[in-house]
This record gives sequence, structure tokens and C-alpha cells, in this order.
Amino acid sequence: MAAAGAHGVAHHSTTGIDNRKLLMWIFLASECLFFGSLISTYLIFKGKSLVGPYPDEILDIPVTSISTFVLLMSSLAMVLAVYGAEHGRPRMMKLWLLVTILLGLTFLGFQVYEFRTFGHEGLNLATNQFGASFFVLTGFHGTHVGVGVLILASLLLASFRRSGLGREAGFHVEIAGLYWHFVDIVWIVIFTLVYLIPQ
Amino acid sequence: MATTAGTLPAVGAHSGLWSWLTTVDHKRIGALYGVSAMAFFIMGGIEAILIRTQLAVPNGTVLEADRFNQLFTMHALTMIFLGVMPLGAAFFNWFVPLQIGARDVAFPRLNALSYWVFIGGGLLFVSSFIFGGAPNAGWFAYAPLTSERMSPGSGMDFYVVGLLMLGLSSLIAALNFAVTIINMRAPGMTMMRLPVFIWMTLVVAFLLILSLPVLTVALIQLLFDRSFTTHFFSPEEGGNPILWQHLFWVFGHPEVYILILPSFGIISEVLPVFSRKPLFGYAAVVFAGVSIAVLGFAVWSHHMFTTGLGTVPQIVFSASTMAIAVPTGVKIFNWLGTLYGGNIRFTTAMYFAVSVIVLFTIGGVTGVMHATVPVDTQQQDTYFIVAHLHYVLFGGSIMGIFSGVYYWFPKMTGRFLHEGLGKLHFWLFFIGMNLTFFPMHFLGVGGMPRRIYTYDADLGFDTWNMVATIGAYIIAVGMLAFLWNFVRTMRQAPSAPNDPWGGATLEWATSSPPPEHDFDVVPEVHDRDPLWYNRDHGVTTPAAPAHLHIHMPPPSYYPLVLGGALLLMGIGVLSHLAVTALGVVIAIYAVWAWTLEPTD
Repeated sequence: MAAAGAHGVAHHSTTGIDNRKLLMWIFLASECLFFGSLISTYLIFKGKSLVGPYPDEILDIPVTSISTFVLLMSSLAMVLAVYGAEHGRPRMMKLWLLVTILLGLTFLGFQVYEFRTFGHEGLNLATNQFGASFFVLTGFHGTHVGVGVLILASLLLASFRRSGLGREAGFHVEIAGLYWHFVDIVWIVIFTLVYLIPQ
Repeated sequence: MATTAGTLPAVGAHSGLWSWLTTVDHKRIGALYGVSAMAFFIMGGIEAILIRTQLAVPNGTVLEADRFNQLFTMHALTMIFLGVMPLGAAFFNWFVPLQIGARDVAFPRLNALSYWVFIGGGLLFVSSFIFGGAPNAGWFAYAPLTSERMSPGSGMDFYVVGLLMLGLSSLIAALNFAVTIINMRAPGMTMMRLPVFIWMTLVVAFLLILSLPVLTVALIQLLFDRSFTTHFFSPEEGGNPILWQHLFWVFGHPEVYILILPSFGIISEVLPVFSRKPLFGYAAVVFAGVSIAVLGFAVWSHHMFTTGLGTVPQIVFSASTMAIAVPTGVKIFNWLGTLYGGNIRFTTAMYFAVSVIVLFTIGGVTGVMHATVPVDTQQQDTYFIVAHLHYVLFGGSIMGIFSGVYYWFPKMTGRFLHEGLGKLHFWLFFIGMNLTFFPMHFLGVGGMPRRIYTYDADLGFDTWNMVATIGAYIIAVGMLAFLWNFVRTMRQAPSAPNDPWGGATLEWATSSPPPEHDFDVVPEVHDRDPLWYNRDHGVTTPAAPAHLHIHMPPPSYYPLVLGGALLLMGIGVLSHLAVTALGVVIAIYAVWAWTLEPTD
């Protein structure tokens, strides 16, 4: 019966780790190679652009530092949401889920602003190797943040049902949190390699 | 769950089209994989026959150049992504839960999804023949041949979208099998008691999980180059065509082991059973498989020796490539050690398994030959490479897969394939493949390049090309013998007992074919060869309770809906982005409904 206790056919696992959590961890291993390849491409093309604008002319480190800070804080909010979910405090969970979503959306807003500004300054996918590798790398990262926002929003929406997120609320929020923190960590790598290390 | 009355869940109809479209049963999904992959395998075979017919005589006129390019490209893509990989997946589906003593995979609906995405990607690929021409730049799709300017048709767009879908399907399946093997084992089934086939499945799953994202990135970049104005791979704009080769082979070399390790796993099951002896050096075989996988990520540049990598990288990649021969050799000797002193029964499955040892060794030896840089520089792009890769892919993978087909057919269907016809099939395949591919060594050393649609009469290529073509037709006759055997067998009544071969692993402990819930009582494992241990130590399986209360996941149509949505997204990339948007909307709906669907 326990709808929330549905583990498919397995009610316990060999390792003691829930199947779904293991799935997420292994999936994130795959994602490491995905972003690793995109980042490698960016680094291979570093300094190989034939025409400008070049990164040091166009990257706005102060603005992106703010959006990076926003994304880092969203991880803190995510931790608090998981805490609330795991300790039977649904109001706390809902509040911090909402904050995480808003911070995620703010980060995406910054990215839209950044992409538009770059566009006005003459950098697009076709301009040079920097444009191509930068937009594809950060674009796919932004897409991942967007998917994360969708997952968290779904959880938030579902938590307003009468049964809330059910007995496994903490578990569901924790899995979403794994994904969210991963996307955050990837951004720290991207921010360091693309923005902070001098060209 | 306990509220569900009766012995089996409310599955509804157990037959009919709808039950197949909504099934989440790993055995049914395995059957779907097997039959679809066999159909694609025949399609790839027809492509091969057309290629060989064109090349049978000098200045052949059967095919024109562009059609020839499409056929060799599609032959490789079909055999690799639509034939051998899903045939492996069919066995993974069937035997991972059965051999580890589970009732299903960890995520039954994801399992169905991986099949539907595979079918979508496969049909998309094949439909390219109708819509403006199939991909024609080779399965490796080297830049800048794939650029909009060099390949203006839609063939390469089909390549990108088709491979993205097939990659997604394989990734989903790999994640599922990895979790299943790590987390769903029966009591007592420790990692070092896992059947070698399961170990190889786990290794293949991790190879897929870690290599497919690299291919995905390469394909995304190619898609952006062709459709969204970037210049990742066009040198005149500052792009780097060698980057494609690196990304492609970082995926492509692990892919080679993705294709061969399932076969290694299968024959590591077949050889002990028909030698009536446990596998010689179990741990060595397992660790050899794992080392092959680890080394497999460190050898990709041996596909690129002629691109001017520089001396040091060439030496490093040459050495790492030769190093792979060591764990492979360990396996070969362990199989020989298994046969040595065994009480051997020469069934058809055993014929195929033994032939893998012979044929794969030939392919392995030529592999070490062109791990040597100066030798490879001579052999690059000649028929010598074609000979090598077919000895490992046909002699290794395909022969191993057919060994598995004959071995497990009674378990899967309850019926025996006819042994006489099976041996006819074997000999036609064995003789045919050697006639086809051995002369290609001579052709390659003699200087015949790959991927040319014809050749002149006075180059000394005539005789061996004719021999190779005759061999290809013999293989085709062998395939007909198999199909006849299949049809003939399926029309008979089931007659197979639970354990017709005296097998050692858990799948033989249940009925043939197994019930939907696989095992009435989840078996307890005491040894690496659990059934032999039970036989020798007088352990009897506890009788099934009179009333089984086994909860199985109910069927679901959301995998089909989500698979369809992903196909729409792919079609949209090839036609109009509005179709993609529609696909995204349906996909989001399907994921939502999927999540909320009760599985109790």
C-alpha cells in the first residue's frame, strides 16, 4: 500500500543504498564526462580565435561573480530544504525550495543578460572559436540549471498536495539536491577556467 | 501491494499488441530487443552483400559511387548500433535478473523506455534511405567531410540525430543494468560469485556510461556546425577537424570493448558448461575484463597515428595498445584452461564458443600488428584493417552472440533449436567468414584501399575480391539456415526442461521459459557455480508456497509515450523546430505522469 514506499520490485537492496540514489550517482558520473568534454573543447580553442571579440575584451567578471554567488547561495538554500524535508518540517522545506528555485532563476536571468550583451557586442556562435565553445558550454550548463529548476518546482508543487511529498519527502528532495549541487560544482569549474584564469 | 489479490499482479491481457507495447517485463523487453536487432542485423547483412557484389569484379557496375558510400556507412552503423549492441542488450535484459536471482531489473519502466528510444533511433536511421539519402561519410564521420559544404544533403543530419537517440537509449539501459547488478543480487550472490557474463555486462555498462557522453558532445558540436553556424571542425574558420577524431575515438575505442565483452561473457558461460568444469581462473578472467575496460580509455589515439600526433604520444598510445593484449591473452588462456581436461560436449553453442577463441585470436594478433606505428602507417585505410576489425567483430562478437542464442534458446522459448541445422549454420558462418575476411589481409597488404567503390583490373585485386564475395554469400546462406531453424523451432511445442545442459548458473533453476516473476522462491547462493554446488552438496531449493504473493510492476504506456516524444524531438531537428517543441511538451507531460504513476 504505502504509495511512497514503492521501490518497484525491490524492497531492499544489496548495498543498502536505494536504487534511485545509486542511479543518480552513476548518472552524475556520466555527466562529469559530458561537461569534461565541453570544457576540454573550450580549453583546446582557448587563444585560437581568428577574429575578436576575445574573452578578455568581453567577459564581465564582476557581474558573473554576482551570479556565481547567487548560484552558490542556492546550494545553501538546497541544503536547508533537504534538512527541512528530512526532519519533518514541511514549511521549512517549502520555503527553502522556493528560495532555491528563485536563486536558480536569478542565475538564469543573469545568463540571459550576459548572452544578450555579448550578442550586442558582436559575439555569437559563428563569430569565432571562443563564441562557439563559450556559448555551447555555458548554454548546456544553463540548460542543466533549467532542468534543475523544473525538478525543484515539481517537488514544490507536489508538496502542496494533501499528502505532501509522502513518507519519502526527505529522500526525494535529497536526490534533487544531489543533482542541484552537481550542477553548482560544474559552474565553479567553468567560472574558474573560463572567467578567472587569465587568457 | 498486499491488497492485490491473487498470485500475480493485475497485468490485464498477457498477450496481444497492447501487452507488448506496455510491457515492463525484462524478458519481454529482451525478446523485443532480440527480434528487432536480428532484423536490423539482416538489414546490415544485405548492405554488406550489396557492397561485396559491387566489388566482386573489377570496374563493377552494380552500385554507383554515392550509393556505395551510403551503403558502407550504413553497414557499419547498422551492425554496430542496431545489430551487435542491441543483441548484447537482449541478453543483458534476459539474463541479468535471472543470473543474479532477481525478479526484474531495478527500473522496469526505464528498461522499456530504452527499448522504445532504440527503436525510434533505429527507424530514423533507416528512414534516411527514403528521405534524401543515408549518411555517406563513414560511420566515424571525419570532419571536415561532414560539414554543410562537403555533405550538403540531410544524410549527416540523420546520422547526428539517430546516434544521439541511440546513445540515449544505451545510456538509460546501462544505468539500469549497473544499478541492477550492484543492488539487486540474491542473498549470497557476492560480487566475486557473479557469473562472468554479469561481470562483463557491468563492465560494458560502465564503459557506456563513461564514453557515450563524449560522443554526445561531439555530435552536439557537429549538429551546431551544420545547423547553428558554429565552426568547431572547419579549419578555414579556426576550427579543428582533429578535435572530432579525438572526441569520436575517446568514445569509439571503448565502444570496441562494448561490442566484444558481451561475447566474452557469453562464451565464459558456455565453455564451462559444455566442458563440465568450472571456469578456469575465474578471478583472472574478471580482472582481465576490468583491465581491458580501463586500458580501453587510454588507447584511442591509435586510430589516429597518421594524423601527426608527434613521437611521444605515438609511443605512449602504441605501448598502451599493446598492453591490452595482456589481459586479452589472459582470457584466451583461461578459456583454453577451461577446455583442457574437460568432458567436452560438442553442441552448436560450443562450436560457436570455441570458434570465438580461434577467430578472435587472429583478429587480436593483427591488432597488435597495427599497434606498431610504422606498420600502422602502411596499413591505415587499407583492407588489412577491414580484415582485422571483422575478425574481432564477426569472429568475436557475432559468433559469441550466436553461441548465446543456441545456449539460451531453450531457456528463452522452452524449445531447442535443431542441432543439425545449427551445425550447418555454424560451418557456413565459419567457412564463409574466413573466405570473406582472410583474403582481405592479402588485399590490404597489396595496397587495396578501403571505401573505394571499384578498382581496375590490372592491380592484382581480382582473385581475392572474388573469393571474399563468394564467402559473403556463404555467410548469407548460413543466416538463411539459422532463420529456417528459428521458424521451424518456434512452430514446435515447448519441450525444454528447466536445466537441459546441466548449467551452473541461476537461470537454469527456474522453468523454461521462466514465469513472469522469474523465481517462485528467490534462490540463496552458496557458491560461484550455485547449481553445481547445490547438486554436489545435496542442497534442495525450498518448495514454492502454495499461494504466491509476488508483486510485479504493472504495465505502463508512459515509456512508449516518452519514447515517442523523444522521436518527435529528433524529427523536429531534421524538419521544423516546432515539432521539437511539441516533443518537449509531450516529454515533460510524460515524465510527470510517469513519476506520479503508482507502481504498487
